[in-house]
Amino acid sequence: MSDAATAPRGPAWPGSVRFRRPSALPGFGLTFGFATLYLSLIVLIPLAALVLRASGLGLDGIWRIATMPRVLAALQVSFGLSFAAAAVNAVFGLVVAWVLTRYRFPGRRLLDAMVDLPFALPTAVAGIALAAIYAPNGWIGSLLAPFGIKVAFTPLGIFVALVFIGLPFVVRTVQPVLADLDREIEEASATLGATRRQTVLRVVLPSLLPAVLTGFALAFGRAVGEYGSVIFIAGNMPFRSEIVPLLIVIQLEEFNYAGATAIAAIMLAIAFVSLLAINLLQAWSRRRFGHV
Amino acid sequence: MTRSAAAGYTDLVDTVAIRAEGLEKRFGSTPALTGVDLSVEPGELVALLGPSGSGKTTLLRIVAGLEQPTAGRVFFGGEDATFVPVQARRVGFVFQSYALFKHLDVAENIAYGLRVRPRRLRPSRAEIRRRVADLLDLVQLSGLERRFPSQLSGGQRQRVALARALAVEPKVLLLDEPFGALDAQVRRDLRGWLRELHERTGHTTLFVTHDQDEALELADRVAILDRGRIEQVGTPDAIYDGPATAFVAGFIGESVRLPVTVTGDGLHIGQHVLSIATTVAPGPASLFVRPRDLVPAATRAAGLPARVTGVRRAGPARRAELMLGDGLPGIEIELPADISVARGDMLAVQFRTVRLFSA
Amino acid sequence: MSEQAADDISGTPAGGPRRLRPRPAVAETAAMRALLIATAIGFLGLFVVLPLVAVFVEALRRGIGHYLETFADPDTQAAIRLTLTVAAIAVPLNLVFGLSAAWAVAKFDFPGKSLLITLIDIPFSVSPVVSGLVFVLLFGAQGVLGPWLAAHDLQIVFAVPGIVLATVFVTVPYVARELIPLMQEQGVSEEEAALTLGASGLRTFLTVTLPNVKWALLYGVLLCNARAMGEFGAVSVVSGHVRGLTNTMPLHVEILYNEYNFVAAFAVASILAGLALVTLVAKSLLEWRYGDALGRSRLY
Repeated sequence: MSDAATAPRGPAWPGSVRFRRPSALPGFGLTFGFATLYLSLIVLIPLAALVLRASGLGLDGIWRIATMPRVLAALQVSFGLSFAAAAVNAVFGLVVAWVLTRYRFPGRRLLDAMVDLPFALPTAVAGIALAAIYAPNGWIGSLLAPFGIKVAFTPLGIFVALVFIGLPFVVRTVQPVLADLDREIEEASATLGATRRQTVLRVVLPSLLPAVLTGFALAFGRAVGEYGSVIFIAGNMPFRSEIVPLLIVIQLEEFNYAGATAIAAIMLAIAFVSLLAINLLQAWSRRRFGHV
Repeated sequence: MTRSAAAGYTDLVDTVAIRAEGLEKRFGSTPALTGVDLSVEPGELVALLGPSGSGKTTLLRIVAGLEQPTAGRVFFGGEDATFVPVQARRVGFVFQSYALFKHLDVAENIAYGLRVRPRRLRPSRAEIRRRVADLLDLVQLSGLERRFPSQLSGGQRQRVALARALAVEPKVLLLDEPFGALDAQVRRDLRGWLRELHERTGHTTLFVTHDQDEALELADRVAILDRGRIEQVGTPDAIYDGPATAFVAGFIGESVRLPVTVTGDGLHIGQHVLSIATTVAPGPASLFVRPRDLVPAATRAAGLPARVTGVRRAGPARRAELMLGDGLPGIEIELPADISVARGDMLAVQFRTVRLFSA
Repeated sequence: MSEQAADDISGTPAGGPRRLRPRPAVAETAAMRALLIATAIGFLGLFVVLPLVAVFVEALRRGIGHYLETFADPDTQAAIRLTLTVAAIAVPLNLVFGLSAAWAVAKFDFPGKSLLITLIDIPFSVSPVVSGLVFVLLFGAQGVLGPWLAAHDLQIVFAVPGIVLATVFVTVPYVARELIPLMQEQGVSEEEAALTLGASGLRTFLTVTLPNVKWALLYGVLLCNARAMGEFGAVSVVSGHVRGLTNTMPLHVEILYNEYNFVAAFAVASILAGLALVTLVAKSLLEWRYGDALGRSRLY
């Protein structure tokens, strides 16, 4: 890539002086120009190509593909399981964040570090590891098999993978808010006669709600688009355990670019909606609570 | 504020005395309180005054039940409250940061303590609404019930915190640096308002402050703490005019400490000797001097010679900065505006009041 | 309200409370605490630690000899080389981008600033598969630029350039995201001070700005590198899966796994898992040692 060479130099961008508020610091033209050019080449133009291709199909073209039974089934699988996984992560993520923030116990630092593993571990590695554990002869799969519970190669397996990859989001959004939460509001609640349970339910949890919802939305968004960790454990049965991203890959392999584009356009729209939802949530939280 | 609302509220108050006996508190190995005894009469307004780290907030939190004493007892009225959990103590506690619930509006904040009661003790919705309205009236915030804490000014938040504490009909009212986070003008306004409120509601009130003007102006009695001990408890007059310990003498007023020596001849200040009768044992001692303790001496021989190093106006009077020499710290004298002195003059001064403590 | 009511609230009979030492005013009971800690450990153990352990156990299932054999395979070696090459291109590019974007966003005011920040975040919210697809649609045989590329005998998708592009796309935000909040917090006063003392713009950047953000920069680079080496979905779409040519390590893991060569698949996976562990350790050390020198909001 030779973007740097083609990036406009500071003075070459005549609008810069009026465009930004005057500042003594140099380099705005150079860095702003390079950053926007780079972002355009790497992110915006490729995404625009997708939007262009999708608009060629027309809204009814996309609608026709989106309502095909197999696509509908995949959308249902992806959204339903992503929602369930994000919900599980909201509950357990809150517990993990609480424990890591409020209690001191041996191994806490290690536990804290482990939370980020799903961010750091390549998804394909997580996928084959989860498949191995939950296969009928795996560590957990063999424990569940006598009860007739099959995890790997069923929708339940997808759920497990989506819990894994969404795990850090709620923990990491709640932790800083919980750490900043003034202990005095809990004491105030106690002096007013509230039991510990009432204090947690009426004071602590409502204060954490925006952070939990943000974490939920992030985990959900990530789960809907997830591919690598899911395909190994999913079984990938059409109508049953086939996720939307996999459907895109299948369309591509069949050289059905229109189908792939239409499904991708739907996912892109969903990504933007969830991004918007998260931003609105944080703006609301800032306005109401004075923190993020 | 309407009289009837306040009167209606006052009828409910059932306030009790607070008594602390032999309180000790250690955080790890650090002692925060040692042997603290304190009695507050029903309806009395008492200030806990001391420098930061003196243990005044710890004492307040132990009375509230937010901390457990390492040893000692807390009584509310005749009852031993030491092991009563904070939820059951029925204290109205106002936090320094107010600790308002950010996700609840003003009315919900005030109603909180009533709503968390077990069902059989919880007032009806209508009753809660009525009480919230009365309290809003009392703290002069009617019309703001739907505001959230983030939409209020500092003074308004303070009053919401107070209304919330009063809503549970506390037996005692405890305030931790109630005006600490406010700017000077708001502080002065709220000070008068709190005094008025106290006279109307009559709660036994204990408040922590590091501001001596605030303590002396507001409180019926002031307890001075230093390094985990109560140094003196008394009326503002008693504290100001008759400090019981060297710490209190140095802490209250604009005192300057002069190192002196007491002998049979009298008081040795540098090379000078003042013949003053004192009960302080012979030996090194500390003399605490405030500007108004000094007057110009009638005769040069009777006074302590000092050099004027600066003069400035202080309200109706004039302050002169004096050096006594011999490496002693500079002191100030307050002079009527009609006595003119100038920098460089020599002045003989005499003590109107002597606050002397063994060093 | 009477004294009686207060006793009712406490729920203890008269005389009862005296024997009890109440727990601190705002804490859970020891049992509740133990339950919560056990839940957290159990949840993380089940979903995080177990898969990690499984990778190494499966890799060594047939002994160290078999494990090492995997790495003698030229295809595996080629995959490792390609992964290192891709990261070596993608990470520096995004490092330069991150510094530029952070400088422009954090040190200057201009209209559309929050839009720019949102745009930087886009790759985080786009499915990896879509990230790969966009390049196929742009450079593929049926793509917008496909015919032109074919006429000039250039191949981008199903070749190394496509893999690099897809990797750069998914790792765009990492460095910038770490730097922007921190540099915004730090403001411009130190840089302005340097300028008044006669330092040039470049010198100011090198001697004032860079030292202030070095730990956050390192942090961002670490995360960027981990993602670059481990990316699967986007790379899978653009790679074409040609063994020895366009196979990165994660793709090689998939191929070996689908060939039921589990030991080899997990052996390659164990290298990636090791990399993830190193990243986590470095990240924890940075947070622990230089937490104050890192930005505040870290979601990804």
